[in-house]
Amino acid sequence: MKLTFKQGIHPPYKKELSRMQPFKKANRPEKVIIPLQQHIGAPCEPLVEKGDLVKCGQKIADSDSFISAPIHASISGEITDIKDHVLPTGEKKPAIFIKAGEENSWQSDLKNYQDFDELSAEKIKEIVKEAGITGMGGAMFPTHVKLSVPEDKKLDYFILNGAECEPYLTVDEQMMIQYPEEIISGMKLMMKAVNVENGIIAIEDNKPDAEAALDKILKGNNESSIKIKILETKYPQGGEKMLIKAILNREVPFRGLPLDVGVVVNNVLTARAVYQAVYHGKPLIERPLTITGSGIKNPCNIIAPIGTPVQDLIDLVGGFKKKPAKVIFGGPMMGNSQQDLLSPIIKGTSGVLVLTDDQVREEKTLPCINCARCVDSCPMYLMPTQLMKFIKEDMYDLAEDYMLENCIECGCCAYVCPSKISLVHYFKIGKAELQARKRDQIESK
Amino acid sequence: MNQNNLLVSSSPHIKDEQTSVQKIMWTVVLALTPAIIASVVIFGMQALALIFFCVLGTVITEYLFQKARNRAITLQDGSAVLTGVLLALTLPPGFPYWGALLGSVVAICLGKQVFGGLGYNPFNPALVGRAFLLAAYPVTMTTWHLDGVTTATPLNLMKMENITTEYSSLFLGNIAGSLGETSALALMLGAIFLIYKGYLNWRIPAGMIATVFLLTFVLGQDPIFHLLAGSLILGAFYMATDMVTSPVTKKGRWYFGIGAGLIVVIIRIWGGYPEGVMYAILLMNTGVPLLNRYTRPRSLGEVSKKYGK
Repeated sequence: MKLTFKQGIHPPYKKELSRMQPFKKANRPEKVIIPLQQHIGAPCEPLVEKGDLVKCGQKIADSDSFISAPIHASISGEITDIKDHVLPTGEKKPAIFIKAGEENSWQSDLKNYQDFDELSAEKIKEIVKEAGITGMGGAMFPTHVKLSVPEDKKLDYFILNGAECEPYLTVDEQMMIQYPEEIISGMKLMMKAVNVENGIIAIEDNKPDAEAALDKILKGNNESSIKIKILETKYPQGGEKMLIKAILNREVPFRGLPLDVGVVVNNVLTARAVYQAVYHGKPLIERPLTITGSGIKNPCNIIAPIGTPVQDLIDLVGGFKKKPAKVIFGGPMMGNSQQDLLSPIIKGTSGVLVLTDDQVREEKTLPCINCARCVDSCPMYLMPTQLMKFIKEDMYDLAEDYMLENCIECGCCAYVCPSKISLVHYFKIGKAELQARKRDQIESK
Repeated sequence: MNQNNLLVSSSPHIKDEQTSVQKIMWTVVLALTPAIIASVVIFGMQALALIFFCVLGTVITEYLFQKARNRAITLQDGSAVLTGVLLALTLPPGFPYWGALLGSVVAICLGKQVFGGLGYNPFNPALVGRAFLLAAYPVTMTTWHLDGVTTATPLNLMKMENITTEYSSLFLGNIAGSLGETSALALMLGAIFLIYKGYLNWRIPAGMIATVFLLTFVLGQDPIFHLLAGSLILGAFYMATDMVTSPVTKKGRWYFGIGAGLIVVIIRIWGGYPEGVMYAILLMNTGVPLLNRYTRPRSLGEVSKKYGK
């Protein structure tokens, strides 16, 4: 029996559109828009001013806060502006605008190291922080924070997440096929940073080529500390909590972290970014992603400078095939739909998905008929139908009792709903409201 | 700067296109076709006419109610048709057509629309209609005809005269009873289809039927007779499983089914009526909110259970 978690869904995966397409390298865009907040945590403060000339790789923003990651120029050129811009998440936050200079000159404060044994755990974490690496699976948590394990926590497993359960996306898969050595090398650095002996690479069973590529390297290196685990292809298999449950049968406690059950989970792209930072002195200024969907003429995998406006990227790969109806950053289950084509690619953008009119029919919402398909598909074993009704009726105490905060917004409930109710929308609102209420409570005390 | 007119909405951006309320309702209607055909074969064209009048009644009532309240007309979702068919299947074959119409009006008005329509009703509408008819016309509702002769149902024969009916007759349905309850075979065919399609919460009928079976056995009765006679199969598979009026948790569905089975046996063995499926389901319907509440699954990573706080 293949490893998996309980419940979940089997959406059409549509990965064939961009599957097995070797990475293209995006040209240097004419301008980039680099938001000062591309991670969970404190936003960065700009280190440059309007009119400054910057080089590619140069640090242009940083923060004193521990939970934050510095930001680097992804092209060389002139800072034309620092002003608010709409982030891919829909919020308006400050961003640095760079106009490309005539030539692309390079400058990085990172050294490149060659010898694995020379590097201490502290050193690796320091490089990861300086390189501005954040989780590249989508959550954008600063990676050095994830690698900083409190002393009272004992870790025994490091899981590298190559599940890639989101439909349409093939970037992780292609990375595993094309750069398996770099991924394993980066993984070993991260394992050293957290001092964990047991490494697991988790892959869904619909990616046999990725498995073969990684397996070949592991066998060639006689690597005994890293094992590959094949998981059932099921959404949301790549969710941290689902992965840990499926592989180790451990449950991340409510409001807790994988650390609490002795595990650290990182994405395969993050591992490669760590490899590049440590051995090549390269900060996180590029983002591998999948451009796909029925609205895209030539779906493909591409490596693009961070900050590239999505319009430029789509033009570069041949433009739209049909009139776009919805442009999504990320996958169809958890991605964010964009207001316009000026949205820049950021550190957490795993894909650009363009859906056309025939796929985004505005369906009429019907009343809930208690069919319980949402209850039966929720991988967190919540009761989406009840939660939705509580939020609708402003019954937040009940919503909290029913563990609203445990929702991971994976979208299984809304996907299976025959009444086409936007359940995740309610839960996002509900969670924000609960948080606000808690803040108010603390303040009033 | 939205020259592209892009749609912005919350994730997820794809939905299961294989499922809709409409599809669920019409598939259940489709699953009832074997039972409808069986009723026509056993009781003749009057069965078809009764079904026709019930559906006519539910459809017109729903239309007029929504029209009067200035709401969108939702007949296409199939739920009114389904209520009509289900109500008809609970009526005795010789029942007058005006009575069928009246029952349909009550089913839709008092069973469904007064609560706000589809999704908001606490009771199965078809059973509300039947409960009304049984209370208003107790004699007509319990006069059974088979092949032109007035006769008693197997449960009645058992209760009043201690006469048992052969299993084969009970299974195929050539016995006295309501339109749709007599042929276990036809009902099972549709139920298997629904379970295969994933539209039927199997835990409810499993719990209900197993409870009746075991309890009657323990009480020294013939469990197979109790399973096949009366409307247990019809009720367990098609009415107790009504999504709107049954629990949403797996455990809740078990309790719901077991509770309903318990009430069926109590009424059949100690109650005044020979049959208790209708009241069993209606009574359990009242417990659904509580069942949902007390059977909330433990969420992943949840340590302490704080149910019903």
